[in-house]
Amino acid sequence: MSELLNSTEIDLINTNGYTGVLAAEQKQKASKILETIQFPTTRTEAWKYTRLGKISNKKFSIQKGSVSDISEYVISKDAYTIVLINGIIDTSLSSTDLPEGVICSSIKDTISTEKLNSLVGKNLKLENEIFHSLNTQNALDGSILLIKEKTILEKSIQLIHILTGEHTISNVRNLIVSEKNSQAHIIQGFFSENATESFTNSVTEIFVEENAHLTLDKIQFEDDSCYQVSTEQVEQAKNSTFTINTITLNGALVRNNLNIKVIGQNCCTNLNGAYLLKGNQHVDNHTMVDHIAAHCESHELYKGVVNDKSTAVFNGKVFVRKDAQKINAFQSNANVLLSDDATINSKPELEIYADDVKCSHGSTTGQLDEEAVFYLRARGLSEKSARKLMISAFIDDVINKIENKEVKTFVFGLLQKRFDWEI
Amino acid sequence: MITIKNLHASIDGKEILKGLNLEVKAGEVHAIMGPNGAGKSTLASVLAGRDGYEVTAGTVVFEGKDLLDLKTEDRAREGLFLAFQYPIEIPGVSNVNFLRAALNEIKEYHGEDPINAKDFLKLVREKSAIVELDAKLASRSVNEGFSGGEKKRNEIFQMAMLNPKLAILDETDSGLDIDALRIVANGVNILKSPENATIVITHYQRLLDYIVPDFVHVLFDGKIVKTGSKELALELEERGYDWIKEELAL
Ligand SMILES: Nc1ncnc2c1ncn2[C@@H]1O[C@H](COP(=O)(O)OP(=O)(O)O)[C@@H](O)[C@H]1O
Ligand SMILES: [Mg+2]
Repeated sequence: MSELLNSTEIDLINTNGYTGVLAAEQKQKASKILETIQFPTTRTEAWKYTRLGKISNKKFSIQKGSVSDISEYVISKDAYTIVLINGIIDTSLSSTDLPEGVICSSIKDTISTEKLNSLVGKNLKLENEIFHSLNTQNALDGSILLIKEKTILEKSIQLIHILTGEHTISNVRNLIVSEKNSQAHIIQGFFSENATESFTNSVTEIFVEENAHLTLDKIQFEDDSCYQVSTEQVEQAKNSTFTINTITLNGALVRNNLNIKVIGQNCCTNLNGAYLLKGNQHVDNHTMVDHIAAHCESHELYKGVVNDKSTAVFNGKVFVRKDAQKINAFQSNANVLLSDDATINSKPELEIYADDVKCSHGSTTGQLDEEAVFYLRARGLSEKSARKLMISAFIDDVINKIENKEVKTFVFGLLQKRFDWEI
Repeated sequence: MITIKNLHASIDGKEILKGLNLEVKAGEVHAIMGPNGAGKSTLASVLAGRDGYEVTAGTVVFEGKDLLDLKTEDRAREGLFLAFQYPIEIPGVSNVNFLRAALNEIKEYHGEDPINAKDFLKLVREKSAIVELDAKLASRSVNEGFSGGEKKRNEIFQMAMLNPKLAILDETDSGLDIDALRIVANGVNILKSPENATIVITHYQRLLDYIVPDFVHVLFDGKIVKTGSKELALELEERGYDWIKEELAL
């Protein structure tokens, strides 16, 4: 395991005099785990379809990078912006005028609220979790966003992550807390600039408290030589709503772990995802909604378009505990294969221990409807336009789940950039 | 307009068109009739360039060009339009958006400027009125949830939007009640001009009361075996196809 990081760089972290909200005991625990842990292989159920050789064979180092112009990565012009370069907040590029009702700081600052200290790492599993442990041991920085009770944020907050350099690792650690009766929209964008074979290992812990509403749009557009493993660890208290839209448009190897614990009643959870892959990309979405409390609903819609030699993995699990009655859980994954060499591994799973629930799941994988392509061409559209139109029609209902106009426009822009889209 | 000579075409190695000849001039309306399985839709598909059909012999010249050498979209851009016997539903693809894209690609092909949004909407209003297609339907997903009659009207609406030189209507009348039939036929008649031509493929003579053909052809076993005036359609309606078989000793 110690192979993964250049040891000199680890020293750098330790001599940094690092004291943050990540308690020393958690770091110690992570270090201990990392002493013996091995990278999971495809024999590990959760990694059955995703080989980690590209990551485990390399040595990464922690580097301070700099990016002079971030205009390309600004998703919303109207939002409060926090820029993180290689996982470290760059205050000179970030907004200074943060909204009232929000505490925004860095995990490396010692925040003396007991609450924040108790939340960091609360739900994040370290045992057998190499990436979580690595993140916990090595995270240098990351954002803490606390939306105070009753705050209704008009503007969005965006975390812009930029990865830069060769064989860089960014262990970025974020914490988002939506306090009681608050409402917020947060964007996480992952980009890269002059990055080769670099690695983002991101953990975002999210707490949505009673009657709070939080929407998270996650846009992944790192270089097609870069790797990303990212985890959102979410906890929802009663009467809360949490929505996450995950749009993955680039990256050599991307693994998203979305773990949502719904511990209070009357919650609503929405998980939407779109992934459009080409070349040799490998994108793996693992989602888990754990219904612990009754009277909740969750809606999951993931759609993918997979071209060339790329591979997409979808593993969506809905867990309904014994006492979680009156749960409505819907899950759907649909894929379009555009090439014979593209691969889909889709596994929707329901595990239900309560008896009064309404759950459904479905998974489809198919090709584009060639009859429809012919129909459109017979009206004068080029084959390329016809296919693009069909693909965008397929993926549109996920993209349209993004309510924020600027984010949606930005996504269409990326589609244009990467796939020469015209929507 | 179009000259088809000795056209042979097969699907999965099975010959369907067996030496078909047809000449259509500008300003004319031709009806093609024939029993089920005769090859009428196959002819339409081959002309539109659908995959899976192999042309083993023959030529098709459309407006001076070798039609069979053109891609499907270029055939459309040259002015060929096929109203499908079974228009498919395309969920998520907006009817008007795709038509606008198609129209602009056709314009681009001819080196013309794209149509602006305002003119396009005007065109949509004008042309949807011709076939009495609800403007709401016109802007929905292509044919999604349309009734049989609405699908056929949508085909004629699209034809009106694209203003083709040669329109082939493949059983556009089938499944239509008499009102819908009148609307569709009226649409076709309004669009008729001395510069364009129409091939009406039909089973039933009744459509030809509304779209009056200059010629009626009988397609039988992959060939046109008889050509006559509109009276031939009436005769076919009355006597069926067997007498032709006997007359021609087929
Ligand atoms: N996709 C296909 N595969 C195999 N045979 C086909 C196919 N389409 C049509 N045929 C056959 O071709 C013949 C002509 O069909 P078609 O052109 O649809 O006739 P029509 O339109 O005159 O009723 C029929 O015998 C039909 O079974
Ligand atoms: Mg037919």
